[in-house]
Amino acid sequence: MIENIDLSLVDWSRAQFALTAVYHWLFVPLTLGLSFILAIMETIYVKTGNEEWRQITRFWMTLFGINFAIGIATGIILEFEFGTNWSNYSWFVGDIFGTPLAVEGILAFFLESTFVAVMFFGWNKVSKKFHLVSTWLVAVGATLSALWILVANAWMQHPVGMIFNPETARNEMVNFWAVLFNQVAVDKFLHTVSSGFLLASMFVLGISAWYLISKREELLAKRSILIAGVFGLLSSLLVAFTGDQSARTVSKIQPVKFASMEAMYEGKTNAGLIAFGILKDTEKKIGDKTIKEFAFKIQIPGLLSVLTGGDKDSYVQGLKDHISGNEKLGITSTPEKMQRGKFAMDVLTSYKRARLINDTAQISAIKGVFKEQDFRDKYFRYFGYASVDKPEDVIPNVAVSFYSFHLMVVLGFLFIMIFSVALYLLFKGTLSDNKWFLWIALLSIPLPYIASELGWLLTEIGRQPWIIQDMMTVSQAVSQISTGSVITTFILFAVLFTGLLISEVSILLKQIKTGPKH
Amino acid sequence: MTAMISQLFLQHYWWIIVSILASSLVFLMFVQGGQSLIYSLPENDIQKTMIINALGRKWEFTFTTLVIFGGAFFASFPLFYATSFGGAYWVWIAILFSFTIQAIAYEFRSKPDNVLGIKTFDLFLFLNGSIGPFLIGVAVGTFFTGAMFTLNMMNQVHWATQWYGLEALLNIRNLALGFAVLFLARVNGLLYLINTLDNEVLFKRSVKGLIANSILFLFFFIFFVISLLFSKGFAADPITGTITIEKFKYLHNFIQMPVVLILFLAGVVSVLCGIGITIFRKRVSGIWFSGAGTILAVFSLFLVAGFNGTSFYPSLFDLQSSLTIRNASSSLFTLKTMMYVSFIIPIVVVYIWYAWKAINNNRITEEEMKSDEHKY
Repeated sequence: MIENIDLSLVDWSRAQFALTAVYHWLFVPLTLGLSFILAIMETIYVKTGNEEWRQITRFWMTLFGINFAIGIATGIILEFEFGTNWSNYSWFVGDIFGTPLAVEGILAFFLESTFVAVMFFGWNKVSKKFHLVSTWLVAVGATLSALWILVANAWMQHPVGMIFNPETARNEMVNFWAVLFNQVAVDKFLHTVSSGFLLASMFVLGISAWYLISKREELLAKRSILIAGVFGLLSSLLVAFTGDQSARTVSKIQPVKFASMEAMYEGKTNAGLIAFGILKDTEKKIGDKTIKEFAFKIQIPGLLSVLTGGDKDSYVQGLKDHISGNEKLGITSTPEKMQRGKFAMDVLTSYKRARLINDTAQISAIKGVFKEQDFRDKYFRYFGYASVDKPEDVIPNVAVSFYSFHLMVVLGFLFIMIFSVALYLLFKGTLSDNKWFLWIALLSIPLPYIASELGWLLTEIGRQPWIIQDMMTVSQAVSQISTGSVITTFILFAVLFTGLLISEVSILLKQIKTGPKH
Repeated sequence: MTAMISQLFLQHYWWIIVSILASSLVFLMFVQGGQSLIYSLPENDIQKTMIINALGRKWEFTFTTLVIFGGAFFASFPLFYATSFGGAYWVWIAILFSFTIQAIAYEFRSKPDNVLGIKTFDLFLFLNGSIGPFLIGVAVGTFFTGAMFTLNMMNQVHWATQWYGLEALLNIRNLALGFAVLFLARVNGLLYLINTLDNEVLFKRSVKGLIANSILFLFFFIFFVISLLFSKGFAADPITGTITIEKFKYLHNFIQMPVVLILFLAGVVSVLCGIGITIFRKRVSGIWFSGAGTILAVFSLFLVAGFNGTSFYPSLFDLQSSLTIRNASSSLFTLKTMMYVSFIIPIVVVYIWYAWKAINNNRITEEEMKSDEHKY
């Protein structure tokens, strides 16, 4: 589709998008979770009329505002980068992908931006109840915006509800509900939003712990820990549950990604679940890619088969099954998919040529081919493989996929423990005496950030080389602009985002040190 | 009933929605216009704080409208989104950059330990206020003057210059529209501040500034409109879609769509009324006339750009690659789905109005800025 793709352009475009996404995701989860924590706190204030709850709400609201602004700043860049840096993608799937983005704007962004102004400035201007409703609407707006962008991302992992139109050379939506209720979208929404709740809870818990260590603002700290502890524990359990569900879905829908995150080259029955493992390079290769093995691992025998297939005799597919194919399991080999993809591409090119010379008979014949279910299922679904050079190129970075997944899981269990202990000590009345735990809570603040970013690393790197699974590679999707332009904007954004992050952290630290206004 | 809705109807429907968003955006850029005045309008720091806080309570509306303008274009006319953003790279990146630095400036500027200092954040506000409206005006100018791109048979864009959109700055008509939008934003910014701030000194200084900015706005606006009416345009054949150059195309559009012409004239008159009642009658409600006028005038200009068989994004490099609302739109199914989504817009407008009134019930005073309330 694109002649002479400049790989450095692709890499820099990826780097710029990754930079923006990583920075954006440093701020969004806190907005997602803290908005609900604020709403809960303010509800207690309105119900009880207790002024101290008002102060507590307003203190966390100040921190929320600082974080909210920078999340918006990075978000606008992200939305428009689909066009500026991935214009071929934007056309190829814009008919489907644009809709969730527009719905996100109309349904969620206005809700958020309108009521956030009431939330900040309305304390003495509107009634208590109107203010409370505004705070809840900000939380609902933030969650709704997460829903729609995650629906869009889920579609990239598992494209559904569309049909290819050779006339326009793009995919067109035919079933909105299939896009919205895509299994990946449901899993992703629940997992991502609950991880935001968890992150915000840890943020509140950690800062409150610091107040207890410093022996100040004890009432604020203990009340905040109560809310954060309960909200955090429920969220962390939901994160674990939805994470498990997500992994099962990945094993069915993106088996190559799943095999990479388990570093499983050979498929097998009675596959063990790796609880901990260290990978090393070997002499063995698939094509020009080095196979990795475990230098060390702790595994629970048979559990991976049980988790993915229901019993230990279930077969878990390995990377080699997908490269070489597995006739018994009905898995088509990658070289075969590449041939079918090229065939689909040739049919499309023939159509376009027929259009150019206005060969009506040929146009009508090829249109008919595109309508055949057999052509769609056996050939066009592998359209993206037409631009894959070597079969092994469809294997993502195994080490990154494996480590990001496993580290995220370990951290997930750690969070459940931390919130459980916090609540136990709080109810026992000994929280302030257990300085060791308060320090753990404080030092744990960065951990959900790390886990959250690892989740996105796995999602996006695990999908490589695809921008849309099996349909379009990242290289095909890139805007044809000069590499120099993208390098320049990458540097600009890197400097700007880093400067803003430093500024934000510094402001947050100062506000925390100052504490609430009494 | 829905089965009877044709793709052509929905293409027009969505162009109207995009035009409403664009015109609302231009009106809401009074925030940017106000930001461009933060060095010249106030006499002292407290007045500057009042101005920034008056604007700061509305900045999210402008920002969100810009984001939704982009989102709606993506969903309804994805070929424009792919072509313009992916080709006129530098113009859009500069616009985005200016809005990014705005988003944090309000919240961060007066917070202690903000590292970059209040002067830097105020400079961010000024830069966004000046560059944002100007470049948006220049970018919209290319809807009438054309851009340098070609599309291949798979509808993938190739930009024909190494300037990736910056070449639009060499066209005097684009520049005129850029400056017209900038000075209109400043006019609306002044009218908004007059309406919102309770301060005699700022009122007098704003009225003085209004005279100068109105003259500059009118100069660039009249230049642009006259050049538009007498310029060639890009006509699309309704059957074949073939693009041809037509003399006086935009003048013809106004004449052939009299309702649009009436809307345009009503808009211009309303803007002038808003300015007039403020300067001559010292009224504070000028923003509502000027705001409504801005929306009407910009809305009608967008209709002139896209309706009546006109290419709304012409290609100067390859005429037949030019975009029309017919060849750049989403599929019938997507446009229909989006139409249902658009039914929510009136509800959105109602709650925005309600929240706006709730916050702007009382005018901002110096005393309020000295209190402990949340402020920028």
